[in-house]
Amino acid sequence: MLVIKDLYAKVEGKDILKGINLSINAGEVHVIMGPNGSGKSTLANVLAGNTNFEVTHGSVTFNGKDLLEMSADVRAKEGLFLGFQYPVEIPGVSMVNFLKTAVNEHRKYRDLPALSAGDFLKLMREKKAMVQIDSQLTNRSVNEGFSGGEKKKNEIFQMAMLEPSLAILDETDSGLDIDALRIVSNGVNMLKTPQNATILVTHYQRLLDYIVPDFVHVLYQGRIVKSAGKELALELEEKGYDWIKKELGE
Amino acid sequence: MAEVTEKISAVIRISDLFSANLPKICVGLPDWFNHSREPALEAFQRMGIPGYKTENYKYTDLTRLFENENFRRALKTDEFDVDLKDVFSCDVPEFDTHLILVVNGWYDDSNNLNKNYPDGVIIKSFQRAVVENRDLVEKYYGKLAKVGDDPLTAMNTVFAQDGLFIYIPDNVHIVKPLQLINILRSEDDLFVTQRNLIIAGNNSQAKIMFCDHTLRPQNFIINNVTEFEIGEDAVIDIYSIQNQHNKTANLTGLYIRQQRGSTLVTNAITLHGGIIRNNLSVLLDGEHAEAKICGLALSDKNQHVDNFTFIEHRKPSCRSNQLYKNILDDSSTGGFTGRIHVAPHAVKTEAYQRNNNVLLTNAAKMNTKPQLVIDNDDVKCSHGATVGRINEEALFYLQSRGINEKEARLMLMFAFAHEVLAEVKVEQLRDMIDKLVNKRLRGEVSKCHSCAMDCIR
Repeated sequence: MLVIKDLYAKVEGKDILKGINLSINAGEVHVIMGPNGSGKSTLANVLAGNTNFEVTHGSVTFNGKDLLEMSADVRAKEGLFLGFQYPVEIPGVSMVNFLKTAVNEHRKYRDLPALSAGDFLKLMREKKAMVQIDSQLTNRSVNEGFSGGEKKKNEIFQMAMLEPSLAILDETDSGLDIDALRIVSNGVNMLKTPQNATILVTHYQRLLDYIVPDFVHVLYQGRIVKSAGKELALELEEKGYDWIKKELGE
Repeated sequence: MAEVTEKISAVIRISDLFSANLPKICVGLPDWFNHSREPALEAFQRMGIPGYKTENYKYTDLTRLFENENFRRALKTDEFDVDLKDVFSCDVPEFDTHLILVVNGWYDDSNNLNKNYPDGVIIKSFQRAVVENRDLVEKYYGKLAKVGDDPLTAMNTVFAQDGLFIYIPDNVHIVKPLQLINILRSEDDLFVTQRNLIIAGNNSQAKIMFCDHTLRPQNFIINNVTEFEIGEDAVIDIYSIQNQHNKTANLTGLYIRQQRGSTLVTNAITLHGGIIRNNLSVLLDGEHAEAKICGLALSDKNQHVDNFTFIEHRKPSCRSNQLYKNILDDSSTGGFTGRIHVAPHAVKTEAYQRNNNVLLTNAAKMNTKPQLVIDNDDVKCSHGATVGRINEEALFYLQSRGINEKEARLMLMFAFAHEVLAEVKVEQLRDMIDKLVNKRLRGEVSKCHSCAMDCIR
């Protein structure tokens, strides 16, 4: 589904990613861990098409297409979703209008007719129940005045609405209390199908109490320095990142 | 020296024009009224055409506009074949208004036939009111719009002949909004002087909407002054929608006095225009009066929109709240000056002011200046101004959900504008303005759908 080859990227003139290689297949859950500043969020943003990040080398194909050639909105319509670490508040843009526009842009891209107001509201009710988001939140402006937890739940809700084939969740678990973490994790698990894939970017093991990954990768200084099964997360939890650094001879 | 010569020459030309046309200007109006012209002319000559060196016109230099201006003056009602019903029918569902038409500054009696107003309400030609309602006009005319304070107001008073007169008696509520449509329509370049007087009695209520339109592609200058007296406990909403083509200079002065306990909302929506200068003066002249003062201006190409407000807290316990926003595209320019004066004895004043602006290009330019003069300690005042760009983070967020950049930008601009539009209390009107603003931001023609006026060029 997603093939990243020798990817280099910089932000504000500083090299952050220095040769990422990663392949993701349908049905898989990948976890990317790593200390602060290792490039986790940069990778997520580069994949989503944030133009503040400049790709200097390498390639990314998504379902056989050149992802790096696409603008952010096309990537989304091709089935890629980024759950933001810090979802931005957008006063004046109502949740309903925002989601209706997004859903119908996706439909247009697939040559489907726009949803009627009734069908849209029905879809929204369904998905709200599924991810257990407070129904009042959708009456407000996008993320405006939402608590940290509400913002993260809202990301999962949007993911449920847009049904991406590849979801990249950037630190979606950070700052969540245990109840919110459970709701977010349940959402991710419920949305999982054999046809879609998930990349979880995190630096806490505790998310993995709720979501079982197929692969765990350690990102360090812009490269994936270690990949293994879910047991790697436990090892990291136990030994910290120093152990990896030592292995790398630092 | 050259600049000085030009200034003088424009003033002399306008003064000569007045002298040469004196009989035409004064015809049909009584001496007591015409006597106000000479002092106004003297004041105008003293102040001259406002330009960069005029403190209150720092952001709007009108010397070039008047330099070679030789437009026809609309000194009498032009003959028109306009049928109001044909020209303007607003098809906003259930948006039912009392329509009033003013063409080239002249109240159009032939089209203003529907006079089904509540008892005692007078809506008529200003000129007729001068003759027929002397008590009311004499009491209020020229009292708020003082000729010594502003050159454009002085010029207006020199040439004033007609416009709109509205009188709402005490305790009368006009439920349907009054919709005044100012139309500019001429086969040659035209200079229009319009003078309005509106008197809202104690405990009266009304919603008044001014729509400024151009019907022909000619060059227009309109100098429009309105004096508005608001009685005790009255509730008045004033909405103004400026939608004129780029060859129009719309110079307006709105002078309002509020008495005790009255509530005012003003909202000036500038959709389109060439040079726009809106002077707004609100005098809070009775305790517990409240004014919410808003404006939204959308400009592109070489358009210029300058809002100048002067809120005077003369009595204690009044509250004023200003919110002005501009979205500037291309090489358009804008200005906002918000002057607040709190008098020494006007304790427990609350006066707030905010001006937020978005520049869409590097060439667009916005000047903003708060001017607070507070002469006592028992007040709550705040002011804030921002000039910024579209929030790139928010833009990426919307794009990352599949919304293309153009649409995402529109959503953000609309969201920015909507805070001002939300202050429009008449729901159907708010919906209509919402749609107009949306269309304007999309670069589509913004006008009421079935309105035959093709305003945008």
